[in-house]
Amino acid sequence: MSRDFASLRLTGWGLTAPSVARVATVAPEDLPECVKDSGVRGVIARGLGRSYGDAAQNSGGSVLRLAGSISEVVIDRESSTVTASAAVSLDELLTVIVPQGFFVPVSPGTRFVTVGGAIASDIHGKNHHADGSFGVHVRRLSLLLADGTVRELSPTSGADLFWATVGGMGLTGIILDATFAVLPIETSSCIVSTVRCPNLEELLSEMSVGDEEHRYSVSWVDLLARGRSFGRGVLWRGDHARLSDLNAKQASAPLRYTTRRVTSVPPIIPPPGLVNPFSSRFFNEIWLRKEPRRKDGQIKSIPAYFHPLDSIGSWNRLYGPRGFIQYQFVVPFERADSLQRCVELVVESRLASPLVVLKRFGPSNEAPLSFPMPGWTLTVDMPAAAAGLSALCRRLDDVVLEAGGRHYLAKDAHTRAESIVRGYPRLDEWRRTRDAVDPGRVWQSDLSRRLALLG
Amino acid sequence: MQNAFGETQNIVVLGGMSEIGLAIARRLMGRATRSVVLACRRPDEATSQVASLRREGVDVRAMAFDAADTGSHASFMNRLIAEHGDLDVVIVAFGQLGDQTRFDDDPESAVRVAQTNFTGAISVSLHVAKQLRRQGHGRLIVLSSVAGQRVRKANFVYGSTKAGLDGFAQGLSDSLEGSGASVLIVRPGFVHSAMTTGMKAAPFATTPDAVAEATLRALRSSRRTVWVPGLLRGVFSVFRHLPGPVWRRLPLG
Repeated sequence: MSRDFASLRLTGWGLTAPSVARVATVAPEDLPECVKDSGVRGVIARGLGRSYGDAAQNSGGSVLRLAGSISEVVIDRESSTVTASAAVSLDELLTVIVPQGFFVPVSPGTRFVTVGGAIASDIHGKNHHADGSFGVHVRRLSLLLADGTVRELSPTSGADLFWATVGGMGLTGIILDATFAVLPIETSSCIVSTVRCPNLEELLSEMSVGDEEHRYSVSWVDLLARGRSFGRGVLWRGDHARLSDLNAKQASAPLRYTTRRVTSVPPIIPPPGLVNPFSSRFFNEIWLRKEPRRKDGQIKSIPAYFHPLDSIGSWNRLYGPRGFIQYQFVVPFERADSLQRCVELVVESRLASPLVVLKRFGPSNEAPLSFPMPGWTLTVDMPAAAAGLSALCRRLDDVVLEAGGRHYLAKDAHTRAESIVRGYPRLDEWRRTRDAVDPGRVWQSDLSRRLALLG
Repeated sequence: MQNAFGETQNIVVLGGMSEIGLAIARRLMGRATRSVVLACRRPDEATSQVASLRREGVDVRAMAFDAADTGSHASFMNRLIAEHGDLDVVIVAFGQLGDQTRFDDDPESAVRVAQTNFTGAISVSLHVAKQLRRQGHGRLIVLSSVAGQRVRKANFVYGSTKAGLDGFAQGLSDSLEGSGASVLIVRPGFVHSAMTTGMKAAPFATTPDAVAEATLRALRSSRRTVWVPGLLRGVFSVFRHLPGPVWRRLPLG
């Protein structure tokens, strides 16, 4: 089995906390052998490495990439489901299913995630308030277990292990393939309404009514503006456009789907990177002013509406070699005061980059480690080398946990084990389900070690 | 494991009574830190050192370790790993200056210094490196000294042990390339500390805290060597090339 392994230095998308593991791309049929010989440092699966922290790293152990091809995707038009290898990316999937009149049930801010990663992180998107996270759309999956056997799981058969795998960060096994619902669409366009809000109070009240009338809803907040403009932002709400929404030219090829990469960030950006308070303030000003005060019915393409950052390759390098963290938390609706407090703390610190997302989550699902719960979720990118960032994160953690909120494991690169214990009250239940199928702790990652997830 | 800010979960100071080692540990301690081990010959005498590092949520303890007793290093390492798991940062901070004026009459005492500073450091560093390689991450900080950069007559036993250690650490650093683990070599000048009490300070003298600060900065920027103060790097690149007759006449004590 040593034949295809290479020692590689890996990081997450945030480029922080590198570690070295033995990495190989393995066909599903060869996986049991690789897992059997894993040794004391264990195995973790890695997709496209878009987790921000160390979820898909396994220092001193094995990191396996599943080999799988988009050519084996099966679309069932009757039931509106897709069956795909866990290695297939949403990017590949969209190029196949959009022209056929379907869209993925949930899309995060990037299409460069795999189906396996989407389930293991139980990803959410702009439609969480309407459709929930990715896991609730999964009809079945097959999971390679620590003993080398493959188990079929669904919400009705092996439900405990199924839900432990959804949001389980790859620590229950390796997802091989999955069947999940897709959304029928008439066109590949989105119809978007925009509201620009001059401060946080107006933004929150604008967001608090009307989400249910749209499938997609998300806001951007300027976390550098102070004074009267404190918490100013833009709310975008959208839906898949119907044929009748398009003009004659657009309607001639309603399901046309093309993506393009405008540019790519070069591999070497000298420290401290290009993201600093000056460049960020400049960007925020332009970003805000380009948006209309209030406008309905704008037609946008899927890439422009869902994945604007994907048009810039390797944008994570903009932060320089020390990388960045993406701080994401959710707090219950009734604790909007804690959201306000977190925004204040970030604004005071002057550490926020322009990449900020604010959204209202809908109900949570049955998975013990699924991140979303009813409440406000805020996501902020910040350069990891910034002085005072650790102290800021500690204060934010305190506010979030005190309010009964929690942090997203797929993004975490900073917190302590105690934060996860507090934020995920069903952690012990997840551990019991997990331990039953992996008593020898074959599945391990830097994340699981750093946060003592396995107990 | 370290977090995104380079904060480490555990810190091991080999030579737990060393003021420089303690100063580095103190500065390394962050929010992620869960345990600090001060390894020294007489752990029961390290209570004030342990107390000085204690904080909420951090397990600080002293552990028996004898650098010169290389036969005990394997079992020491096994215990360390069993109790603390992955080693994030290990600081090789032990060392004896000895008394150069007595070495001529008592070569045995020079051997003891060499056994601690050089032989012991090689032994335990290799044990640590083996574990760091196995775990695929971690930093080994080796306290060298400018005294080893060009050995002078005033302390040539101590200086030669540091020269040997420095060369060893450079080679170890290169051998760990690509393993995920790395070595940082710290080369301080004269440091005001218990070890040097009563001695005449050399030019560019520094303090344990300044050494610790420079070490932290070097760690963050992934450097492999750091001189404290930084100026000494230039000074010693001149010293190394001075002709012998000039070098011998320099008033360096």
